Amino acid sequence: MTATVGQQAQAAARANDVWKVYGSGEAQVIALRGVSAEFERGRFTAIMGPSGSGKSTLMHCLAGLDSVTRGTVSIGETTVTGLGDAGLTKLRRDKVGFIFQQFNLLPTLTAKENILLPLSIAGRKPDPAWYDTVIETVGLKDRLDHRPAQLSGGQQQRVACARALVSRPEVIFADEPTGNLDSRSGAEVLNFLRNSVREHGQTIVMVTHDPTAAAYADRVVFLADGEIVSELIEPTAETVLDTMKKLDTPAEVGN
Amino acid sequence: MFRATLKSLLARKVRLILSGLAVVLGVMFVSGAFVLTDTLGRSFDSVFADGFSEIDVNVAAKPKVQVNEMEGEQTVAPLPAALVDRVKQVPGAASATGVVNADGARVIGSNGKVVTSFGPPQLGENWTGESELLKLREGRAPQAEDEIVINKALATAAKVQVGQKVGVLTAFESKKRDFTLVGVFGYSGDRDSIGGVNEVFFTTPVAQRLMLGEPDVFSSITVQAAGGVSDEKLRDDVARTLGADFEVKTGEQVAADASASLKEGLSFFNKILLGFAAVALLVGTFLILNTFSIIVAQRTRELALMRAIGASGRQIIGSVVLEAIAVGLIASVLGLAAGIGVGALLAFLFGKLAGGLTLAGIGVPAAAVIGSFAVGLVITVVAALLPALRASRIPPIAAMQDVATPDRPLTKITVAGSLVTGVGAVLLFLGLSGNAGGQTLSTILGGVLFAFIGVALLTPLISRPVVSLLGAIFSWSVPGQLGRLNSGRNPRRTAITAAALMVGIALVTGVTVILDSAKGSISALAQDTIKAELVIAGQQGGPRPPTFDPGVLDQAKALPGVRLVDGEYGDMGRIDGEGTWVAASSDIASLRQIFGAKPTAGDIDRLGPTQMLASSDTATSRGWSVGSTVNVQLTRGEARTYTISGIYESSQLTNPVTLPVTAAKDFAIPQPIQGFIQLDPGTRVSDVQPQVEALLADSPEVSVADRDAFIKQQTSSLDGLLTMIQILLALAIVIAVLGIINTLALSVLERTRELGLLRAIGLRRSQTMGMITVEAVVISVFGALLGVVVGTGLGAAVVEALKDEGITDLILPWGQMGVFLGLAAIIGVVAAVLPAVRAARINVLGAIAHD
Ligand SMILES: Nc1ncnc2c1ncn2[C@@H]1O[C@H](COP(=O)(O)OP(=O)(O)O)[C@@H](O)[C@H]1O
Ligand SMILES: [Mg+2]
Repeated sequence: MTATVGQQAQAAARANDVWKVYGSGEAQVIALRGVSAEFERGRFTAIMGPSGSGKSTLMHCLAGLDSVTRGTVSIGETTVTGLGDAGLTKLRRDKVGFIFQQFNLLPTLTAKENILLPLSIAGRKPDPAWYDTVIETVGLKDRLDHRPAQLSGGQQQRVACARALVSRPEVIFADEPTGNLDSRSGAEVLNFLRNSVREHGQTIVMVTHDPTAAAYADRVVFLADGEIVSELIEPTAETVLDTMKKLDTPAEVGN
Repeated sequence: MFRATLKSLLARKVRLILSGLAVVLGVMFVSGAFVLTDTLGRSFDSVFADGFSEIDVNVAAKPKVQVNEMEGEQTVAPLPAALVDRVKQVPGAASATGVVNADGARVIGSNGKVVTSFGPPQLGENWTGESELLKLREGRAPQAEDEIVINKALATAAKVQVGQKVGVLTAFESKKRDFTLVGVFGYSGDRDSIGGVNEVFFTTPVAQRLMLGEPDVFSSITVQAAGGVSDEKLRDDVARTLGADFEVKTGEQVAADASASLKEGLSFFNKILLGFAAVALLVGTFLILNTFSIIVAQRTRELALMRAIGASGRQIIGSVVLEAIAVGLIASVLGLAAGIGVGALLAFLFGKLAGGLTLAGIGVPAAAVIGSFAVGLVITVVAALLPALRASRIPPIAAMQDVATPDRPLTKITVAGSLVTGVGAVLLFLGLSGNAGGQTLSTILGGVLFAFIGVALLTPLISRPVVSLLGAIFSWSVPGQLGRLNSGRNPRRTAITAAALMVGIALVTGVTVILDSAKGSISALAQDTIKAELVIAGQQGGPRPPTFDPGVLDQAKALPGVRLVDGEYGDMGRIDGEGTWVAASSDIASLRQIFGAKPTAGDIDRLGPTQMLASSDTATSRGWSVGSTVNVQLTRGEARTYTISGIYESSQLTNPVTLPVTAAKDFAIPQPIQGFIQLDPGTRVSDVQPQVEALLADSPEVSVADRDAFIKQQTSSLDGLLTMIQILLALAIVIAVLGIINTLALSVLERTRELGLLRAIGLRRSQTMGMITVEAVVISVFGALLGVVVGTGLGAAVVEALKDEGITDLILPWGQMGVFLGLAAIIGVVAAVLPAVRAARINVLGAIAHD
């Protein structure tokens, strides 16, 4: 099944018949089996699926963190597949933002320095208005001079979100960004992500296995055994849960 | 527990290799020193055994003045030729041969320069025929007065051939004399020399005159035992016949004695090498301590888990110590092996340099093995003890937490550091002010050690401001800023890494301060005091100083424009039974007019043949005053009584005792060693210098230089010493570099995720490397800075203590210090290479993927 939503020109990231095979021989694992997907600009997409279904692998391939075995991946106008280290670094600087499940921040830097780090590395100045907006939305104005160790998990994750947003990347990839948070902090982070899509047109692709988190997205893509098996537009926690349940019964999968 | 330890050891073998390497290098130094001195010692044994193998019994005069290896070659007064016949009469003696054998026969090579020796003597001997050992390879024996034969190695070095005229300087004639080379000889076993000794054989009368200074005397008599008579019996019979004035020994004894005196020098040399090994090991201790600390910190979770499942604190200590023992053992074995290699290599080089010393087989003395294991194990275990203790205090709960080890306050370590530094300062003060009650050297060394450890303990505190200041230099780039933050991140780790570098740099700086100050002070004094525009002197290569023809002194005096000429002689003599350096000046007026001596009692402008002058210090310590009589025994001749006729103020430029120049013929070296020429006012130096140069045409060992060049040449021996010390301390610095590499490598490992994150958000590979490099450079420059400061302090303290010895000016080698800091920056860059490459290669995905 191929998930095609919207027109090609609007895709911020695209996977075209992507295969990912780990190892060889006996130990061979096929993590992705010909996944094709497009992620529209200005939308919040969640990738869901049971553990081991290939969610993280897909995200890593899309973001150029991992190479694909077959197929191509592109971000905006750039074909990621085949880029060297320099090209990938440039891609990460200019077009991609990341939010990881944990360990998002450098312990030696303050929150503010962490937020500005990608720009400093690229040797760019932040757009002051946009910076103010981001700080405003993150709601960390009085915590900017604190180091990560002095912030709660939710605050740290919000700093990570701000860092991803501040350079206005083509697309932000988030891998279980609320996985380590309690539900209240998780909700704060998800709200923040949804707002940045709604109000500022940011594109976000988020991997999650939590139906409640997926419900914040505009669209959910379901993976099972390395293949896209289903899709929901304007999901709610209930519809997501339903689909998940269906996927757990193998007989109903794949048709 | 044991299995768990071994497993974790194997899992982290790469991390331990570098710290193990530090122990390997230190142990290598220790075992290398032992192997080198043992091998050389046995080589000397066999050389001497060989050299004296043809002698059954040897008769020589008792040395009149005993000198040890440090003071120079032992020279013995000659024996009357008539003694040979008396020895021949002894029943059991098959034959007795009078032998001339004295140091100071210097052959002038085809390039006009004297063939130099870097250790072995240059013997002048009388030809007594071939033997089992000694065989002519070419030509024939010397028969006429102007004929010589020389050994093959010397002929090769001098590039001379049989039939050619060869110039030779001899013990009693430093003016070139031409001989015809009629033969070249070698030794059995196709050897061109024995132990690199250069030998010139003359006819007996010539050898007596030129090497011993008088006719009808010999250096020794060798006796051959008749069949059936043992060497020992013959020795006792000869001794009984001749009486107590002579030393009668068997050939074996002579060989053993000769070898023993050289070995005394070797054991001194060994101690010096071991001293440098100790420095290297001190630095190695820092490195091991640091590695184990980092490893324990990184294993916090693992160790806490062990505690959680029931391991006791003692078991944790045991596991860390066990790890240390394993590392220490492996490192000791490798260090011992490497030391054997290095020792053998150095022995080989030494043999080559000494002119072809045939090496006895490389041996590994027990001391090398015991020393290696003791040092390797003890150092490693002691260094691991502190981290082990810390490991045992990790609470089991740490297994559940994901917190980095919290930053512990630096209060305790700072207090301890202040105390230890204080103890070091007190010890240094006691040692340097001469209040250590006979333990001066060990007190000073203890003080230095305590000072180093104390400063190392204080380093974490110092590192905060200094590192952030140093780092500020690199903060113009983002990677630089990150590197700077990283270096300030773990003050203890940064501090101990830097402290390891500090030790080496501090010692080099301290030594440089002391030697530069000594050099500066001596030069300044000489510049102010020596009133001679021209100086005749040569560069001393071996044990014997260059000499020149005393006739040159008179000829120079006759040159127009020359006001005063003085030739200086010196010898180790015995005055009233006590070894004393005695000197003689060819013109006593030079004492005042050239060397600025001031009389404190009596008359120092004249010196009769039985009169003597003394310096005020010597006179005070020996209780002499004008009119005192003393008994003086020189290397040669009979003891004589001298009356003190004058006392001069002691200074750096005056000798303890000055004898009349007539006494110089009994000196071990009866030729002038230096000449000082004072010109008439208004005479141009450049007018006189070439004329003196012409006079020295036949004294090729020396040349004439203006005063400044002479002073520079005199102090240049200190430069050589400095270079040698720097080379030996380089090992300590190399170990410190290993320490930097190790710390960085471990830090990179620890920060894998962080580095992955940085790469994920756009840090380029080159920028990652830049970041690591900045961290390394900051650490190493910080260490060098500490070293320069501490070293300057130590050096200044020593210079202050040596004020009375004439080191009056404290000279700080700013240029050198700058070089050290620059070098440290380079060291940092070099040390960063491997960790930086490693950091740049980090797999972004692997680093950020969560477990
Ligand atoms: N580096 C790897 N080597 C081998 N197999 C891997 C690797 N990474 C992931 N896999 C396998 O690929 C499959 C998909 O993994 P992943 O994308 O992490 O799943 P998810 O994120 O959906 O839990 C799993 O079967 C996993 O075991
Ligand atoms: Mg995953």
